[in-house]
Amino acid sequence: MAKIKVPAPPVPGALAPTPKRPGKEYGPQTPVEHGHEGASTAIGWIDERTSLSGGARWMMFRKVPKGTNWFYTLGSATMFAFLSQAVTGVVLAMYYVPSANGAYNSIRHINNDVFLGEFVHGMHRWGSSVMVILVFLHMGRTFFFGAYKYPRELNWVIGVALLILTMTMSFTGYLLPFDQRSYWASVVGVNINGTGPLVGPYLSDFLRAGPDFGATTLSRFYAIHMLAVPGAIAALIGFHLYLVARLGTTAPPWIRAKTPDALREDKVRA
Amino acid sequence: MAERKPSKSKYTTDRQIPGAFEGETVTRRRFMTGSSQVVGAVAAGAFVLPAVGFALGPVFEEKDQPWQPVGRLNEFGKDTYVPRTITIEPSIADAGLSTVYVRQYNPSVDKEPRDEYNAYVAISTACMHLGCPIHFVTAAQRFICPCHGGVYDFVGKVVGGPPVRPLDRFYTRVAAGTVFIGPRFSVNSELQRFSPRDPGEPLDGVGQYLYPSRPTMRKLPGT
Repeated sequence: MAKIKVPAPPVPGALAPTPKRPGKEYGPQTPVEHGHEGASTAIGWIDERTSLSGGARWMMFRKVPKGTNWFYTLGSATMFAFLSQAVTGVVLAMYYVPSANGAYNSIRHINNDVFLGEFVHGMHRWGSSVMVILVFLHMGRTFFFGAYKYPRELNWVIGVALLILTMTMSFTGYLLPFDQRSYWASVVGVNINGTGPLVGPYLSDFLRAGPDFGATTLSRFYAIHMLAVPGAIAALIGFHLYLVARLGTTAPPWIRAKTPDALREDKVRA
Repeated sequence: MAERKPSKSKYTTDRQIPGAFEGETVTRRRFMTGSSQVVGAVAAGAFVLPAVGFALGPVFEEKDQPWQPVGRLNEFGKDTYVPRTITIEPSIADAGLSTVYVRQYNPSVDKEPRDEYNAYVAISTACMHLGCPIHFVTAAQRFICPCHGGVYDFVGKVVGGPPVRPLDRFYTRVAAGTVFIGPRFSVNSELQRFSPRDPGEPLDGVGQYLYPSRPTMRKLPGT
């Protein structure tokens, strides 16, 4: 790979590295220089043993096509929505009790008593809608910019899998507060699953862990919501990003490749 | 077209492989590869199969459906329904309770043959569209679902909205002057009894084959 020159970030003058003056001692002198030295030593130690810097540079310093615009940030926005769901979900799990008799009270405790509880719960709850909306906007961008075409079809397929997993998260998460709304919404949702011919009845029995909503239904939804699906989503996002870096992004459809005048069809024919 | 590679003997001794046995056809490298793949598959199966069985187990589990008393004989009339609460799922306290509507068999509206299980008619409150709780409106003599507008007539047949079959019923029986509610069963639009199905699963035509019932939950034998 060609060596890439990393542009220096703008820093205040006091922090900018200065050329060494004659007669100055070798090595870092000021605290800032010591900081630089320490950081690069630590990073060098890791890189010597893992060679991760090549991969990181390959991932981060990519060429992007002309015309790249704000629409290209929707994928990252979706990923950050997922990360926000992951972080708030982990801390909510510290207070949440996944039992039919304790779930509603634990949610009430989170909302009413826990410091920032209502805020974090609200982030998770509204964030889930934000994530679904962003997924669809990202999908729309990909569709209308033609970014699903060769060679990026597999990335579209992975994206659809991620969309389905996101829907699974929304469905399983909805039951967890275990209030009237979530209970009956999940009854309806499970019965919609059941309307699939032949496999439907078994699928809804699997989701409910039996013929009726019971104590294990909630723990089952909880396990799917916080263990099975997030792992799959994280893994697929990794692969999705790998393919983005591997294949590059597409230019918007209104950007045309410049053809040399001599090669234009009418000129060649003439 | 000429073969690009000269064909090799299948015997390892002919191929001059060091340490080959007489009559041996599988090289040690191939044997080692194959056996480590088999060992790997066995190791993966050893945790995947129990995990899948563990998650799927409840689908095939028997469910206890005890007969529950709901009241004395004279509490239920012929012309209107009386709501009673029964336990559908004992493990989740109040969330496992459900309402059933009970009345006496009424020859002027009930056309299905009398037997030991329908001296009293017990109608389930799960809407057969997607399972929301329906309620009986006395003035209209109709069952109404609040979710998506399903409407059923006095005997539970669909008269409007999206439901795909009449309301489910429960077996009832009378003992010692008390009405008991037993297992649930489903009915098609002729009110014939079928093994219990979930809401949203039609039972007319090929419906009963497209939507199999749970292997462990069947209608009572001979009904």
